[in-house]
Amino acid sequence: MKLRNRRITAIAAVTLAASLGLTACGNNDSSSGSSGSDGSGGDVSVTFLPKNLGNPYFDTSDAGGKKAVAEFGGKFDEVGPDSATPDAQVPFINTAAQQGVNALVLSADDPKAICDAVKTARDAGTKVVTFDSDTSPECRDLFINQATAEGIAKVEVDMVAKEIGDAGQIAILSAAANATNQNAWIDLMKKDLAADHPKIQLVDVAYGNDDDQTSFDKTAALVQAHPDLKGIISPTTVGIAAAARYLSTSQYKGKVALTGLGTPNQMREYVKDGTVNEFALWNPEDLGYLAAYAAKALVDGTITGKEGDKFDAGKLGSYSVGADGTVLLGDPFVFDKSNIDKFNF
Amino acid sequence: MSTTLTSASGAPGAPGAAAPARSYPAYSQPLWRRWLLTREFAVIALLVIVLAWSNLNVPSFDGPLTMYFLFLDITPILLIALPMTLVIITGEIDLSVASVVGLSSVLVGQLHHDAGLSIPVAGLVAILVGAVCGAFNGFLVSYVGLPSLAVTIGTLALYRGIAVGLLGTTAVTDFPEHWTQLAQQRIGGSSYPVVLIPFAVLAIAFVLLLHFSPFGRGVFEIGLNDEAAHFSGVNVELTKFWLFMLSGAVSAFAGIYYTLRYGSARGDNATGMELQVIAAVLLGGVSIFGGRGALHGVIAGVVLIGVISSAMRLEGQTVNVINIVIGALLVLSVISTSLLSWASGLTSRGRGRRPPWRRQPDVTSTTTT
Repeated sequence: MKLRNRRITAIAAVTLAASLGLTACGNNDSSSGSSGSDGSGGDVSVTFLPKNLGNPYFDTSDAGGKKAVAEFGGKFDEVGPDSATPDAQVPFINTAAQQGVNALVLSADDPKAICDAVKTARDAGTKVVTFDSDTSPECRDLFINQATAEGIAKVEVDMVAKEIGDAGQIAILSAAANATNQNAWIDLMKKDLAADHPKIQLVDVAYGNDDDQTSFDKTAALVQAHPDLKGIISPTTVGIAAAARYLSTSQYKGKVALTGLGTPNQMREYVKDGTVNEFALWNPEDLGYLAAYAAKALVDGTITGKEGDKFDAGKLGSYSVGADGTVLLGDPFVFDKSNIDKFNF
Repeated sequence: MSTTLTSASGAPGAPGAAAPARSYPAYSQPLWRRWLLTREFAVIALLVIVLAWSNLNVPSFDGPLTMYFLFLDITPILLIALPMTLVIITGEIDLSVASVVGLSSVLVGQLHHDAGLSIPVAGLVAILVGAVCGAFNGFLVSYVGLPSLAVTIGTLALYRGIAVGLLGTTAVTDFPEHWTQLAQQRIGGSSYPVVLIPFAVLAIAFVLLLHFSPFGRGVFEIGLNDEAAHFSGVNVELTKFWLFMLSGAVSAFAGIYYTLRYGSARGDNATGMELQVIAAVLLGGVSIFGGRGALHGVIAGVVLIGVISSAMRLEGQTVNVINIVIGALLVLSVISTSLLSWASGLTSRGRGRRPPWRRQPDVTSTTTT
C-alpha cells in the first residue's frame, strides 16, 4: 500500500516536472519556427544590442537600424538586458557569437568589462560595431561617433548667434564645474566666439550641477544679475529643460533666447509655446541607421575598419573611417517646431 | 513490539530517537528508489530533458561555445548557492550575498590598483572581509536573535552602500592579463572553464558537510524544529553563525572571480544576484521553510536556469520573456511541492495504522544510520 502510494506521488512529481519543461519547450518551438523562416530570407544578419531595452533613446536608434537592415535586405534582431550593466550585457554578446550572426551593433555598458566577450565574438567571425558608447578601440571593429566636441560647440554658438542677431551678452548654464565634456565644449565655444563672433560677449558661466532645481535657480539668478542678457546656452539636457521651465513662466520669455543640447520629449512643450526656438542633439535614428550600414560594409568586406576606408550608407550618403576606427555621424541635429513631433525620445 | 519497549527503557533519549522514525518512512524502501524518486531527481530529469531538447531544436546550442559561456555565466551563482542551500535549510535566508560580491569586487580592485597588492593577497583580504560581513549577519541573527530576513535586507543595503561609497561611480579595470585570462581559461581543450575546479572542490566540501557530517544533521534538525534541535544537543546559534560566515566568505570568493572575469571592479557589480541564487536554490528542491533539500538538486537547479536562459537567448527571446518563463517555472515548482504533499497526505492516511512488524525495521534502520 505504502510503496504504491509513494510511487504514485513520485511518478506524479516527475510527470508534472516534465510537463512544465515540455510546455516551456512548446513556447520555444513556435518562436524558433518563425525566426528560422526569417533567417532564410536575408544575407546579412545584424543584431542590435542597446545598453538596455525599454529606453526611448535606444528604441529610436534601433528603429533606424531596422530601417537600414530592411533596405539592404538583411535579417534584423534586437536583444538586450533589462538593466544597463555590463554583466547583463555579456551573455547577449556571447549568444551572438554562438549564433554566428554576421554583425553585432552595440552600445557598451562598460568600455572594458565587455571587451573579452566582444573579442570572443570577433574570433568567432562576428563583426562588432559600437555606437553611442564605445569600448576600448582595440576591442571592436568600428565606433559610430554621434558628434565631436567641435561640432557640438559650433552648433550651439551658431544657434545663439542666429537668434540674438550676432551681438549682445550671453551666458552659459553648464552641469558640474568639473564635468570634463562640458568644460571641453565651453572652451571650444569661447574660442569660436572670440574668432568668429566678436560682438557677442560671454558674461557668465553658471553651474546647475545637472540638478533640476539648482539649474532652475541659477537661471533665475543669471537673468536677474544681467539685465541686458540676450541669450543662454545650456549644453546639458537637464539644464536646458530647467532653464526653459523658468523662462516660460517669467517676464523674460521670448526676450532671452535659450538654446543648447536637449531631448525632444523634454523640450517639446517649450518649443511649442515659443520659449525655445531651436536646440540641438544628434539624431539617434540616423545613428542606428549608419551603424547598420557600417556593419554591412564590414561583413561584405567593403571596408576593414582602417583609416580612410569609404562606404555607402543609404540615404545618409557616403562616409569614411577616421582615426581609431571611428566614423562620425556628422554635425549635431537641430530640432525646431517643424520637426520635433517626428521624434520620441 | 518488544524491541520498541527495550529501546525506550534502554536509552533515556529514546523518545527523541523514535521521533525521526516517523519523518523518514522512505528508509523502508530500497536505496535506488530513495535516490531516484525524489524532487531532486525530478529537477535533474527536467534538466536532461531541456538539454536534450535544446540540443536537437535550438540552432547552434550544440556549438562548442555554449557550455563554456554557460558555465562562465552561472559560476558565481553556483558558488553562492552552496552556502545559501545550508542557510535556507536552517530556515534562515541571506539576502546580502550579492552586495558582498560587489564589496569584494571593489576591494580587490582598490587593493590591487591603489594599494598595489598582488591579486592573491587582495583576494585573500576580500575573502576575510566577506567572512566578517557574513559573521556580522550571523551575529545579529544567532546571538541577537533578529530575523534573518530583516537583518540581511539591512546589510544588503549596507554592504552595497560601502562598495559604491568606496569606489564611487568609477571602475577599476587594470588587472594583470594573466589573472583575467585565468578566470576564462578552459580546462585543457574542453569547453569547460577552469573556474569549475574550485567550484567542484567547494561542492564536494559542502556535500560532505551537509550530507555526511553531524554538523549537517544539525542543519536539517534546526530547519525542522530549532527547539528540538537545541534539546537534542545541536548548538543552534553557533551553527547558524558559521553558516552566515561561510556564506559571506564564499560570496566574496565569487566576487573575486566576477571581477577577474569581467576585468572590471565596480560598486554595482552583481546587483540583484541574490534573487537569482535564491530562485535556483528553491527550484533545486530546497524548502524555503527549512528542513529539506539536497545539494545535487540545487546544482541541477542552477544549471537548469542557465540552460533555459541560454537556449532562449539563442532563440532570440528578450530577457523579459526569459524572466517570465523562469519565474513561472519557479512558482510551479513550489506549487507542485505543496500539491504533491497534499496528494500524498490524502493517499497515505493508512500509514498510522501500519502493523507493528512493519514499524520495527524503520526504527532500527534509522538509529543505525
